[in-house]
Amino acid sequence: MQLQLQTLPKVLSVLVMEDRIDAASAIQFKERLRDLTQEGDQRVVLDLARVQFLDSSGLGAIVAVKKLLGPDRVLELSGLTPTVERVFRLTRMDTIFTIHLTHEAALSDVTGA
Amino acid sequence: MSPAPDQGSGGLTIRLALAANPGSVRAGLAQLLDVPALADLSEDHRATVELVLAEVLNNIAEHAYAAGAGATSVTLRLISTGLSCQFSDCGLPMPGGRLPDGKLSVTPVTPTADLPEGGFGWHLIRSLTQDLHYTRADGQNRLAFLIPG
Repeated sequence: MQLQLQTLPKVLSVLVMEDRIDAASAIQFKERLRDLTQEGDQRVVLDLARVQFLDSSGLGAIVAVKKLLGPDRVLELSGLTPTVERVFRLTRMDTIFTIHLTHEAALSDVTGA
Repeated sequence: MSPAPDQGSGGLTIRLALAANPGSVRAGLAQLLDVPALADLSEDHRATVELVLAEVLNNIAEHAYAAGAGATSVTLRLISTGLSCQFSDCGLPMPGGRLPDGKLSVTPVTPTADLPEGGFGWHLIRSLTQDLHYTRADGQNRLAFLIPG
């Protein structure tokens, strides 16, 4: 599971460098993100622009990460591809997460800071 | 095992048997979606097919074969109304002998701590398919549905 991290003053930027988050990789994804977010209190912006396929296991892992971060630390998403966006919409998780069109827009958005 | 297309009566039929585990499911999906008949589907229909097949195959791996290894047989048939899909496995029966409702109880005000981390799979399957049919016979689970498109 390739993730690219950038720590900014108020944002932890995480780019998912994989084209799938599925049942074969969901547990690893969740554990990597848990380890990477154990320190700090910035909001976390997870960019999914390279992810072409997300199944219910992958979605469950993203929800699990949001829960692990707790109520005081925000997890936001950016760059959902059409197939990934549809999974969020069908499961109504698009109403739970703040979703930005692009990672750049997410990083420049100060409302969540 | 490679997917085996044949021109039977009533359209192209694709058959694949695969081991029920997440790695084999990922590899099997890639093989199936590379079969020309499926590779030629519209991008939208193909994405739906990939998602629905992934949900069904991973459910079988995780639940039907919770107690051990096993195989799943997949038969896909392109018909005028979409892709007709049939699955069979020799794993545990569905709890209560019926398919899960796949109902979601999430609202925009659901507290983060109460969000579900699972149960999305059957909701997606039910949202994206028609004519869902499950039977248990001869020690096998048999599931059939249509992915319209």
